[in-house]
Amino acid sequence: MAEHDDAAWLHAEAQVTLVELSHTSGLPEQVLRELVEYGALEPAGEAGDWCFSADCVVRVRQAARLRNDLELETESLALVLSFLERIQRLEAQVRHLHAQLAAPAR
Amino acid sequence: MKYKDYYAILGVARNASADEIKKAYRKLAQKYHPDVTKDPKGEEKFKDIAEAYQTLKDAEKRTAYDQLGSAYQPGQDFRPPPDWEKQFRERYAGGAPGGGAFSFEDVDLSDLFSAFTSRARGGGRGRESMRIPGEDFEVAVHLALEDAARGTQVDLNLGLPEYDGQGRMRQVPKTIKARIPKGATDGQRLRLRGQGGKGMNGGPNGDLYLNIVLHPHPLFRPDGHDLYLDLPLTPWEAALGATVEVPTLSGAVNLKIPPGTAAGRKLRLAKKGLPKPGGGEGDLYAIVQIVNPTVLSDRERELFRELGEASHFNPRGHFARGGSHG
Repeated sequence: MAEHDDAAWLHAEAQVTLVELSHTSGLPEQVLRELVEYGALEPAGEAGDWCFSADCVVRVRQAARLRNDLELETESLALVLSFLERIQRLEAQVRHLHAQLAAPAR
Repeated sequence: MKYKDYYAILGVARNASADEIKKAYRKLAQKYHPDVTKDPKGEEKFKDIAEAYQTLKDAEKRTAYDQLGSAYQPGQDFRPPPDWEKQFRERYAGGAPGGGAFSFEDVDLSDLFSAFTSRARGGGRGRESMRIPGEDFEVAVHLALEDAARGTQVDLNLGLPEYDGQGRMRQVPKTIKARIPKGATDGQRLRLRGQGGKGMNGGPNGDLYLNIVLHPHPLFRPDGHDLYLDLPLTPWEAALGATVEVPTLSGAVNLKIPPGTAAGRKLRLAKKGLPKPGGGEGDLYAIVQIVNPTVLSDRERELFRELGEASHFNPRGHFARGGSHG
């Protein structure tokens, strides 16, 4: 049994660097740079000092798995990432609408 | 060792071309990839598909696999040729303490082929000398809303792969006590650094990613860190205004209902939502529902009738104006 405290929320307000994103996703930094060029990732800050919103970490990891297992090119990977982002956004929207949807009055 | 029919798994003939094998794999991978499929057995199926492809796409591994012949049934126990056992023993168990206790029965078919090719490529670096980082894991954690709000600790039972002194992989059940700080909400991810699979030969441990799933709550519906609550009011409370008791995660509070409150109106209780990771809290929204008594006493019926006669209120006035609002 292990106990630890090194926990980090991957939400939109937290940020990760290019190096961290490469480390957590297993994607080479060059591939991440290309994904930025394709517009699939939108970093904040100047080139060379990029920061990414931490809520993209799980999405980039998922895309990296699909890249490895389906042997995807970077162009396709960019497309996958944009679809994953759209799914994530739509899921948040569904949660938002569901929360507002009143249960039938008793 | 159990035999697996890699050709059957990919649905190709034993004499299929490399291109046919690749196409078959891609088709199946798109269908069963755990990140794509909704099939609960997808992950298991994909594992077999990937294992079959890893062996058959590599000419050397495929030749070695073909040498086993096609006489075995899937799942049937079989023993590789004696010279294979010797090679494998040298590759995996050679020099390792306790190498004499080596048995093929514990070895997975896929391990066998990866052993052959890493040898053939002249790497000569066994698992003993390579720094291998531990595997990352992603696990869903189901939490009650109250636990997410105040932070909690959960026991996660994981099967983590570990390699013994002879380089053989085993799934080792491990319980990890994960502390979930307050601030969780539905669909949020938490990264626990170094809590995944163990690294080997000085390689770093993997990470554990938790996907927070909140149990549906009988009263509150979360939206990010905001909460929504249905607030049933009687017609007279809504019309005349009232002060009603409303539950929140931190206990009941009194809420003032303004006179003339319409159904569907959202009344905001600031900072009564879920705590946010960076500090602060979301809000609680009480959504007004106007509820009529389903069984009326004689007196109630009389009063409603009297109200109907006295009132000129027409909630359907806009029908006559051609559907325009106002």
